Amino acid sequence: MVTRRKFMKDALSWIGIGATATFMPRLLSAAELSNGTKYAATLEALPQKRPLIKRTYRPINYETPVEYLGNVFTPNDAFFVRWHLTNVPEINPNEWQLKISVNAKEAISFTLDNLKKEFKQVELAAVCQCGGNRRGLSVPHVPGIQWANGAMGNAKWKGVRLKEVLARAGIPDGTIEVAFNGADLPVHDKTPDFIKSLPIDKALHPDTLIAFEMNGEALPHLNGGPARIIVPGWIATYWMKKVTEINLISDPNQSFWMSTAYRTPKGLFSTDGLFPSQEKGKDSAPVTEMLVNSLITNLTDGQSFPVESKIQVQGIAWDAGAGIKQVEISLDGGSSWNRSQLGRDYGHYSFRQWQYSFTVDRTGPLTVLVRATSKAGMTQPFNLVFNPAGYHNNIVQRVNLEVTPI
Amino acid sequence: MKHYRPVLTAIMMFIGLSYAHANEEQIELKPGTGRDTVMANCVMCHSLDMIQINSTFMKKDKWEATVNKMRKVMGAPIQEEDVAIIVKYLTQNYGVE
Repeated sequence: MVTRRKFMKDALSWIGIGATATFMPRLLSAAELSNGTKYAATLEALPQKRPLIKRTYRPINYETPVEYLGNVFTPNDAFFVRWHLTNVPEINPNEWQLKISVNAKEAISFTLDNLKKEFKQVELAAVCQCGGNRRGLSVPHVPGIQWANGAMGNAKWKGVRLKEVLARAGIPDGTIEVAFNGADLPVHDKTPDFIKSLPIDKALHPDTLIAFEMNGEALPHLNGGPARIIVPGWIATYWMKKVTEINLISDPNQSFWMSTAYRTPKGLFSTDGLFPSQEKGKDSAPVTEMLVNSLITNLTDGQSFPVESKIQVQGIAWDAGAGIKQVEISLDGGSSWNRSQLGRDYGHYSFRQWQYSFTVDRTGPLTVLVRATSKAGMTQPFNLVFNPAGYHNNIVQRVNLEVTPI
Repeated sequence: MKHYRPVLTAIMMFIGLSYAHANEEQIELKPGTGRDTVMANCVMCHSLDMIQINSTFMKKDKWEATVNKMRKVMGAPIQEEDVAIIVKYLTQNYGVE
């Protein structure tokens, strides 16, 4: 049995000899969850869910184990659960109502039945990824829910186009944002209600939906049923769950969740500039589009294989909607890269599966790296772009294997 | 820990979390001066695993900033005189000094 310490020592010596030293030292400082996070993590089942990784009981924050992310569509009962506020009421779909206001003056309201009957229904596949996914792997650690890799999932979302519903309310000139509120509530009335806004152009994008179905079933309560907003390509903070109020506004929304939370200092990421009304006069920008990313879903650190066996590496890749051009594997610390075989394309916003097989010809530690490139030409960095709330962690993933003599 | 269970039960009833996990009651913070003050103030809005997962990597200034965020931004009704007790307990038991 190889102890973790021994394994790391071997890995270090092997890399020292075998690899170009350019980026390996940084990869070796790669992240682990904090001790407290590992201590508190338990596998527990919420109603209508399989056992998921409990991060916090209240608010309800449960992470999808990586084993389920190997499926191109994440099963509803394995889909991660993330709430900002503690009180998450279960709403009878027959009683649900969506109120649409223009500058806080109510214009029109819809029942679920209205939405289904009066608008064309559309379905699309899209990745729903929490802005804080991988926060727990930040170096150094930063406060917040300490997610590893599973604060995300991919699903087929069915609903109606937000733009068509908003058109019924009338969109006045000068509307710059659309604000969303859900039915969740805090314990204290002084806690800021969870309200998010979108720039008007994103709200009117034909792929932005009000969804009531997920993978062919009614949208589950814990994932925002009866209805939630779907903003393909953008991080999940904008995908308002249990949405009950939509407000067309002519001034930037000032809620805590827009003006303070979910932001990165300007100048760090390519996504700066996508939300001008929330960036004007500020030194930070809201996190908006997801960055290109990938994940190995079938191998874990420390797994061992006999020499001369065939190893299959499988996983998923995704980005903000340009689509995945290629996913590459490196077995030599990033000196050379091998193209994997991509799986079926379910649409640009979906997970894209990939796989790569090789035969191991030498014993000892073996590090597998994976890197995705989007059709927009974006790829994953080796070094973390550190930011105080731990967003946008899309660094090249590595898995350390051990190859044993036959 | 004596006072914890009834408080928790009351919260669950208030927020209607009928399925709230009984296991939450089993979270036990490390013994130390100030633990009761921490529990009395923090458990109203969130489970105590929120403290556990954010350890151990925050220095005193980070825990102080966190407690102040809870008071000033999140509206937690934490008395001024309790702040120092809470910060000290969190730094000593769930932080780095």
